[in-house]
Amino acid sequence: MADMERKREQILRISGVNPRKCMRCGKCTATCPSYDEMEYHPHEFVYMVETGEIEPLLKSESLYKCLSCMACVERCPRGVEPGKLVEAIRLVAVREKGGDRITANDIPALLDDEMPQQAIVTAFRKYQK
Amino acid sequence: MQRIGVFVCHCGTNIAGTVDVAAVSESLGKEQGVVFSTHYQYMCSQAGQDIIKNAIAEYKLTGIVVCSCSPRMHETTFRKTAAAAGINPYMVEIANIREQCSWVHKDTISGTEKAIILGKAAVAKVNLNAPLTPGETPVTKRALVIGGGIAGIQTALDIADAGFPVDIVEKKPTIGGKMAQLDKTFPTLDCAACILTPKMVDVAQNDKIRIFSYSEVTSVKGFVGNFDVTIKRKARYVKEDVCTGCGACTEKCPQKKVPNEFNLGMDNRRAIYIPFAQAVPKVATIDPDYCMMLKTGKCGVCSKVCTAGAIDYKAKDEYVEEKYGAIVVATGFNPISMDKFDEFAYSQSKDVITSLEFERLTNAAGPTQGKLLRPSDGEHPHTIVFVQCVGSRCDSCSEKGKEYCSKICCMYTAKHAMLTRDKYPDTDVYVFYIDVRTPGKNFDEFYRRAVEEYGVHYIKGMVGKVSPEGKKLMVQASDLIAGKQLHIEADLVVLAAAIEPDKSARPLATMLTASMDTNDFFTEAHPKLRPVESPTAGVFLSGACQGPKDIPETVSQAGAAAAKVIGLLCKDKLTGNPCVAHSDEMMCNGCSTCEKVCPYGAITYVDKEFRMPDRTTRVRRVAQVNEAVCQGCGCCTVACPSGAMDLKGFAGKQIMAEVDAICR
Repeated sequence: MADMERKREQILRISGVNPRKCMRCGKCTATCPSYDEMEYHPHEFVYMVETGEIEPLLKSESLYKCLSCMACVERCPRGVEPGKLVEAIRLVAVREKGGDRITANDIPALLDDEMPQQAIVTAFRKYQK
Repeated sequence: MQRIGVFVCHCGTNIAGTVDVAAVSESLGKEQGVVFSTHYQYMCSQAGQDIIKNAIAEYKLTGIVVCSCSPRMHETTFRKTAAAAGINPYMVEIANIREQCSWVHKDTISGTEKAIILGKAAVAKVNLNAPLTPGETPVTKRALVIGGGIAGIQTALDIADAGFPVDIVEKKPTIGGKMAQLDKTFPTLDCAACILTPKMVDVAQNDKIRIFSYSEVTSVKGFVGNFDVTIKRKARYVKEDVCTGCGACTEKCPQKKVPNEFNLGMDNRRAIYIPFAQAVPKVATIDPDYCMMLKTGKCGVCSKVCTAGAIDYKAKDEYVEEKYGAIVVATGFNPISMDKFDEFAYSQSKDVITSLEFERLTNAAGPTQGKLLRPSDGEHPHTIVFVQCVGSRCDSCSEKGKEYCSKICCMYTAKHAMLTRDKYPDTDVYVFYIDVRTPGKNFDEFYRRAVEEYGVHYIKGMVGKVSPEGKKLMVQASDLIAGKQLHIEADLVVLAAAIEPDKSARPLATMLTASMDTNDFFTEAHPKLRPVESPTAGVFLSGACQGPKDIPETVSQAGAAAAKVIGLLCKDKLTGNPCVAHSDEMMCNGCSTCEKVCPYGAITYVDKEFRMPDRTTRVRRVAQVNEAVCQGCGCCTVACPSGAMDLKGFAGKQIMAEVDAICR
């Protein structure tokens, strides 16, 4: 519990987000292009961080489905910036022991003609300690 | 040398419970100048006031100190008592030993000690008090109303009803304002024009009311009761007193491609135009930006068809100077620009419209004669999406929107949704909301009727984006209760745009030295107790210039502002507050600092001739305070570098004497 509270503080510090500013309009989720892929949606990230439900978020695949397009950050009328929160939670998740989402060994399998190399480099940078 | 009487009040046990009133009375009796000191159960009672009156006569008192409650409570009472006994009311000082002493202290020793100190400070001040006489100024018995919307119309009618002449200045060619553009009004659904136009006619026919349409206020000088106002009457190129409003010119004018602002640019008008059929005054106006005759000197059709001979291409702007006793601001509101909300595709698609445009689309006098048709292709829309809170309730740092709730959108959106379903049952109507806010008489019932009887789909959530695809608008939104992302193929999207004060409000506030908040809404003198007055004396507020308001609220406030104006104009003379700033001309160095800090514009500079010790004369620039305008705030006394400015009744030396008495 104390560990989760510490992680919550860490997430808030990294992201600079104040979830209390949210007025629950759901515009972030309405604008999200990855909606169908995600288990938790931008407004739920904000709400769950506010109420302290960090653990399910840290384990959720949604962290890696977020495109980081920042549309939610751009559109939020209250300046809550949910996308930054997702980024911060992902950082906390990959920084844990064994939390790497991708290793150098995984890369050859991912390479194909369709996928731009830049995307793989970015993913490698984002999903790994 | 003053002869001071001290009167300590028990206020039942309010004061006497924590303060040893006898000890206070005894101790203050020994202060300099005090010749009489007593205490009594209720000083404000008739018996208590008689004690004061008798003591004044018996001891020939010249000053009074009452140790009692806050001066806000009974200063006026005791000043009247003193005046009745023949002492200048400004020789009375109150030591607040209740709110600032007995109520905040628990033990008698410290309470009594503090009460004595507060009493000593008051005695020290009275020793330096001088009798003050409030000045009197005459009142010009005429009111000015700036803005001719429903707020201005109602205020003007109410003032005129009391018998005072009123002038309305309206920048557009006709009065009527936003209400004239509306279709129906919530929650009773009576037609806006049906209830507004009779009032407009009343204004036109009332011989106490003059309408300066197509005019603007360009300068305001003077002060409460005596404002000097310059009004610019813009050239309309049509003689107002000759034009019969027949409309022949507006049919024959060859310049047909002028966006019609009354229909928010959704159709065109001519270069010579009457905004709408019931316009008041019903007089044509030539738009100089589009008139070929004015721009190139070639045309003159309107002048040929005008049988009354009202056209005057050589007209010039005229300036009228008038005097007024009171000014009412009724400058109203506008919807904010939707240009920055790219996600809703307002600038990409004609079928994304604001709610005010929707009003015109459903209005029988609008561009579609009241048929709800898509602006792009004139087809009947089957799926309509309403988006609430567009630009309202935004973050304070937002560059696009406003922080406040615009208040009227929930109700007009419910109205639009309900009327659409009523007239076109084959339409699907969605309303995306964050919260539905419907406080008001019969308001929530109205909204529930839209949902329960008319089957409007109210969805808790916001629209994320609108993308035009072919003839459709793809709306992507969230349904927070179902936990779904919705994709709706809409034919028409209506944005409930936030409202903001009219752009003319800020320069006007500067002219009036009336204060505004960060959103450019006029500030009221007290948010609860003086809601229709500006802090600037003689300036009153009516309608949405003070904050977002619907029609019922606007009309109530308009009437309240009128009542305040009538109260002012009823007086033959105004008694000022004598505690005003005063400049010592011998010390004034003419630096203008006080003039710059004065929030009321009460200070002016004059060149004055002074006689020098060697019998020569010298002209010096010195500050002069207009006592009728000065509110006694004291800004100038602090700002004055030479110490020439002082506040009567609160002079620097009086305050210092109080401080000295406390520290002694």
